[in-house]
Amino acid sequence: MSVNRAQRVDLDVVADLIPPNSRVLDVGSGDGVLLELLQETRQVDGRGMELSQRGVNECVARGLSVIQGDADKDLGFYPDKGFDFVVLSQTLQATRNPKLVLDELLRIGNRAIVSFPNFGHWRVRFSLLIKGRMPVTKDLPYSWYDTPNIHFCTIRDFVNLCEELGATVEKATALDANGQKIGLSMPWWFWNFFGQQAVFLLRR
Amino acid sequence: MAAQRAARTNIEADNPSSPVLQFGPDKPLKLDAGTLLSPFQVAYQTYGTLNDARSNAILVCHALTGDQHVANTNPVTGKPGWWEVLIGPGKIIDTNRFFVICANVIGGCLGSTGPASTNPATGKPYGLDLPIITIRDMVRAQLMLVDHFGIEKLFCVVGGSMGGMQVLEWAASHSERVFSALPIATGARHSSQNIAFHEVGRQAVMADPDWHGGKYLDFGRRPEKGLAVARMAAHITYLSEAALHRKFGRNLQDREALTFGFDADFQIESYLRHQGMTFVDRFDANSYLYLTRAMDYFDLAADHGGRLADAFAGTKTRFCLVSFTSDWLFPTGESRSVVHALNAAGASVSFVEIETDRGHDAFLLDEPELFAAINGFIASAARARGLSL
Repeated sequence: MSVNRAQRVDLDVVADLIPPNSRVLDVGSGDGVLLELLQETRQVDGRGMELSQRGVNECVARGLSVIQGDADKDLGFYPDKGFDFVVLSQTLQATRNPKLVLDELLRIGNRAIVSFPNFGHWRVRFSLLIKGRMPVTKDLPYSWYDTPNIHFCTIRDFVNLCEELGATVEKATALDANGQKIGLSMPWWFWNFFGQQAVFLLRR
Repeated sequence: MAAQRAARTNIEADNPSSPVLQFGPDKPLKLDAGTLLSPFQVAYQTYGTLNDARSNAILVCHALTGDQHVANTNPVTGKPGWWEVLIGPGKIIDTNRFFVICANVIGGCLGSTGPASTNPATGKPYGLDLPIITIRDMVRAQLMLVDHFGIEKLFCVVGGSMGGMQVLEWAASHSERVFSALPIATGARHSSQNIAFHEVGRQAVMADPDWHGGKYLDFGRRPEKGLAVARMAAHITYLSEAALHRKFGRNLQDREALTFGFDADFQIESYLRHQGMTFVDRFDANSYLYLTRAMDYFDLAADHGGRLADAFAGTKTRFCLVSFTSDWLFPTGESRSVVHALNAAGASVSFVEIETDRGHDAFLLDEPELFAAINGFIASAARARGLSL
């Protein structure tokens, strides 16, 4: 997992997008916290893919159906529309080729759910603008030289990528620093400034 | 002692200490070789109790030199069952909860029909007159045993190495009979390197003058030297370079200095010789030829038009695959290609690679991470199957 676990307020938002008994693939399933939540509260048929062997072994020991795999390499083995939902939570920024990964998510799932930390958040901008330093915040705790997060984007950047891939944004939610949803009526620039994390529901 | 054990092995071939299910002329075993094997018999062990719904049965498939004595004292060697670390009352595969079945494979030498069994047509051991046996044939015979118990769907089929091949074959050919499958340290085919090692072993057996063209039992002989060499070579493939070095290094065996001769100067030599010697007391040389051949012939993708995913098309079986980092006989890549095929087939699959330097044989050993994975998988499958905990 590439982001501080205590900050995973996005998980409930993700879970709320998934109806009971769906077939779900969680890409970057970490220690299985989302899969477990989905199985317990929504009885989903859940599968996971996780890069770290330690995470995978923990998941399997807890009875979750998880394989070791790399989102950049191994999504190609899944058939078209094999899942109702493919979830990529807090992992997009750690992939080598986010565009290809997103494209694969939209191929494998009827819907894709993507959550990511917003690099357009005011704290990030403040850090660069005033301090002239790469931001290290509560939910982005790594220094520039040891971060697994190699492809940060802002909410605006992500919306552009979706357009490029022909994906329709069915729903988008931004969460502020307290994990509260930012009001729906706010314009994109507001979300992009005050949203610390974003969750998108996409289809193609 | 060794002679006694060898005699015991001969007796076990026809009249094993295990229960035996005999199939008469009305129930022949259809072999991939294109012939029928009839009559034939299957020797097996069971542990625990089959529940009323017959839904708690776990079939354990043994490896090349394993047998049905998975969780009881072995009648030939007097040693504990080969998977007693895993299976038994209160163990990970708990025989208080599950009905565990393990059958000697067809082609084996501990009571299921094999080359050391008496050929009813001649009154002599089959020897090489037994048709070539395949993994699929072994599974067909197991299916007849499972039918005998009236078990419609096995809760789980589990096995390592050649046992894992049988698990994959079960899942591919009889998926409706398998609720969950746990293939460990195995692959969907034998690699060229694996076939090569087996060929070395077979040639060693056949080069022994005591082999007598496979008719050694008629001559009251056994190709012990050849079989021992085969076992020595194979045993190296079951371990890892790191584990061998950790265990033996270049240590000398009961001596202070090199002897400048061909005695077993090194501990590793002495160890391998011991492995070879004890093996010939408990195993039939022709069985070794037949079972290695069965593994060589295994190629699940080839059986399904060259596409492994088609072997699992539409499967509802839950899978968990396990590999070990230092296993160079069935390296992780072999398991991973099965996982990819299962992904393509939309199957439910878990895959765990376990960090260990104990090589291929790690599946037989006390590996906490292996046990944790098996425990998690079995527990969640049991919940899904509605088996009470």
